[in-house]
Amino acid sequence: MNASAKKPSKLLRGATGDWEVVIGMEIHAQVTSNAKLFSGAATAFGGEPNSQVSLVDAAMPGMLPVINVECVRQAVRTGLGLNAKINLKSVFDRKNYFYPDLPQGYQISQYKSPIVGEGEVTVDLEEGESIVVGIERLHLEQDAGKLLHDQHPSMSLVDLNRSGIALMEIVSKPDIRSSEQAKAFVAKLRSILRYLGTCDGDMEKGNLRADVNVSVRKPGEPLGTRCEIKNVNSIRFIGQAIDYEARRQIDVIEDGGAIEQETRLFDPNRGETRSMRSKEEAHDYRYFPDPDLLPLQFSQAFVDDLKAHLPELPDERKARFINDFALSPYDAGVLVAERESAEFFEAVLDALKDRARDGKLAANWVINELFGRLNKEAKSISASPVSAKQLAVIINLIGQATISGKIAKDLFEIVWTEGGDPEALVEARGMKQVTDLGAIEKVVDEIVAANPDKVAQAKAKPAMIGWFVGQVMKASGGKVNPQAVNDLLKIKLGL
Amino acid sequence: MTDLTLLTLAEAREGLASKSFSSLELTDAHLKAVEDARTLNAFVLETPERARSMARAADAKIGKGEGGPLAGIPLGIKDLFATEGVRTTACSNVLDAFVPPYESTVTSQLWRDDAVMLGKLNNDEFAMGSSNETSCFGPVVNPWRRAGSNGAIEGTPLVPGGSSGGSAAAVAANLCLGATATDTGGSIRQPASFAGIVGIKPTYGRCSRWGIVAFASSLDQAGPVAKTVRDAAILMRSMSGHDPKDTTSANLPVPDFEASVGKSVKGMKIGIPKEYRMDGMPDEIEKLWAQGADWLKAAGAELVDISLPHTKYALPAYYIVAPAEASSNLARYDGVRYGLRAPGRNIAEMYENTRAEGFGAEVRRRVMIGTYVLSAGYYDAYYLRAQKVRTLIKKDFEDCFAKGVHAILTPATPSAAFGIGEKGKADPVEMYLNDIFTVTVNMAGLPGIAVPAGKDAQGLPLGLQLIGRPFDEETLFSLGEVVEQAAGRFVAAKWW
Repeated sequence: MNASAKKPSKLLRGATGDWEVVIGMEIHAQVTSNAKLFSGAATAFGGEPNSQVSLVDAAMPGMLPVINVECVRQAVRTGLGLNAKINLKSVFDRKNYFYPDLPQGYQISQYKSPIVGEGEVTVDLEEGESIVVGIERLHLEQDAGKLLHDQHPSMSLVDLNRSGIALMEIVSKPDIRSSEQAKAFVAKLRSILRYLGTCDGDMEKGNLRADVNVSVRKPGEPLGTRCEIKNVNSIRFIGQAIDYEARRQIDVIEDGGAIEQETRLFDPNRGETRSMRSKEEAHDYRYFPDPDLLPLQFSQAFVDDLKAHLPELPDERKARFINDFALSPYDAGVLVAERESAEFFEAVLDALKDRARDGKLAANWVINELFGRLNKEAKSISASPVSAKQLAVIINLIGQATISGKIAKDLFEIVWTEGGDPEALVEARGMKQVTDLGAIEKVVDEIVAANPDKVAQAKAKPAMIGWFVGQVMKASGGKVNPQAVNDLLKIKLGL
Repeated sequence: MTDLTLLTLAEAREGLASKSFSSLELTDAHLKAVEDARTLNAFVLETPERARSMARAADAKIGKGEGGPLAGIPLGIKDLFATEGVRTTACSNVLDAFVPPYESTVTSQLWRDDAVMLGKLNNDEFAMGSSNETSCFGPVVNPWRRAGSNGAIEGTPLVPGGSSGGSAAAVAANLCLGATATDTGGSIRQPASFAGIVGIKPTYGRCSRWGIVAFASSLDQAGPVAKTVRDAAILMRSMSGHDPKDTTSANLPVPDFEASVGKSVKGMKIGIPKEYRMDGMPDEIEKLWAQGADWLKAAGAELVDISLPHTKYALPAYYIVAPAEASSNLARYDGVRYGLRAPGRNIAEMYENTRAEGFGAEVRRRVMIGTYVLSAGYYDAYYLRAQKVRTLIKKDFEDCFAKGVHAILTPATPSAAFGIGEKGKADPVEMYLNDIFTVTVNMAGLPGIAVPAGKDAQGLPLGLQLIGRPFDEETLFSLGEVVEQAAGRFVAAKWW
């Protein structure tokens, strides 16, 4: 798949010329499921240490794993959401290594035969550009526990609550060419997972984290040696880590050095990556098929049934918004990026009296007024003081010309701070737009009479009519219809 | 009163049902026998109080006519089976004084059927061994002894075979009416043969592996050792059955195995595989095999020569697959959560110290072999190739069964019991060769029963093996009964 078919990739300037950065990602996404991958233990976040650990998770002697079918469903759903090949037969392997957070001494993962094969994700960038990033594979595996280093003066303690929780490892092809693309890719993937309900995408809790493979090359040359940056846990850090790492590699090569294949860590405090272990120190994981588990097999009917019940995904929803409400691709993209935002917008649409007429207006209001205000106060959409229903009522009032757009902003402000039914507020506070032509005419006449000099100027320069409209709006407290004022003024001023 | 420990399980069941004696009396008799036989080192843990309380409970149920199929029957449990609240060590120092908070599926089914637990039985450490000499509790002594030319007992004490040496010795010495065992490469059938008793390794998947300390997951299978074919059939019914906690357990109904004991074998086709006629095989084994074939023929079975061409690759392939799985299965014994912890200055040193101190030499050897054959660069040459061999071995059997063969008759072991310390000291392969006739069955996942059929020149019991079709243990019980009826039972003279 050619990721940069549309235009040349973003190049980095070095002392010896331009460099191209090549990025591939491995995303670890915690599967949304009530129980762990191979044990019945609960998966809720934040439990007391070791309160959600079964005998299997603690690797007691003689314990055996049993696959949790819901996790399989989630992986298949995700594969479908990534337009990927679903493998009806896959195999669980053991990845062997010693670490105190790994009770079995091996992680059950999928090595040679993953549950999901190749797929692709379309990623929208700014300025209407978009790229397609290939998906290499998706496989299911167990998460490890967690070491607590701050609980005891000389020992580290182990919390196994996370041990055995299902993860999906989603591996991209090296189709990404800049930190911006990488960030957009992760954001898009996260959005798809959240739409599907297969991963909550909570990067703060570590429920979505990325290993980033970075290499640089001169354009047109073969791939350079890559370094893997482990466990980056925010989209911002992913960008920073790539920018730092690409620059580091360019500097090393331009100084006559060579890149060593190695695993690196990103230190967000210093904004730099540091070597963790070299290729020589890499583990030999001794993968082999887990003899405790039969190959994972399911029917095409199982897949078809999941496919038939998939929710609408961001790309489909975006196309629908563009088609139904003539939104710009950019605006539609903003609305669908987050599942909650899109659902809020849908709820506004559902409460509109005339969605064909006012859908676009509603989109503008959600994007500009609501998102703007939420951003300003660092509030999430779920904490919005103005509900979808309230916003829809405001838009209905605009749409049926009960209030002007200007008044609507005041009304929005009142609902935001004080709450209440917008319709009742408009009634109670006399915010209704004046539609009585006689009343408007009276105000227009007064202003025309009071400003003979401006009248003269307007006759010479018709654009001056705007000044009169402004005066009328001001005098009426914004409650008159500006179009009606404009029409009336044209007559009065003889324009 | 007669010595209750001399009864077979079926006889004891009858006595209990007819109220000739109580389970408590039966249990006490066995507890006394266990105590008197400590020199055999068959039990690593005696649980007399638990046994008596289980016996009383069984008596109460029998009194009300509510006793299960094994009501009041005293059994020994191989220390590989997790027993809730009762120390379970796999006879390894690494598990130290581990007390599981759970009960293995197989043993819980025995208790469901109202059996009585006398205690935990010795075995090779993590079931790795063919002589029960690798146990951290020391070797088990076989109740059988070599008879000299003048009838005197000669030489060093003998091994009971392994890994289920404690189980075999305990049954042969009348310390229990039956015992649980496990078989990864012959660990039920070889000790059964060495001790002159019956042992069956069921089809892979017949018994749940849940709660049994794992050695090699794709080969491990639980089964009973017992005094007679009938007793083995009775025990197996209780031990078998689908377990949703073990993905590899078969979701099949459990037949009434006892019903096939005594069924006619007329017209059955019995395969005699030419590849099991090994170079340098002792004459007495050869004779025993021919004798067994004659008995089956006399009972109306038809003997056919068959070929299992990949037999010679089975042992080397087994000693790749089993250690590979073991190296991974035993990784959990790391000193972090339970069992032994030998401190170190850092985590790597703690691992090293714990595992060096906790594992015996044979276990360490197999962990290293397994780690080696799975490592990058060697995987294809060893593990992958061994898996291919395994597929071919399986196919050998399938081809024979497809030609209408009902079961296959072979010797169970290449020799009778040997002396403690006699084998494997210089060359571990010498010990591994004990499994030559049994590993193929594990590699193919088939059922195999060992039935005592004769004695060697020194008066030690020798067994024959019958290999069956997948999930056709019933045929093996029918055929085994024919051998047992013809050969008679073999009882060790009590000397301890």
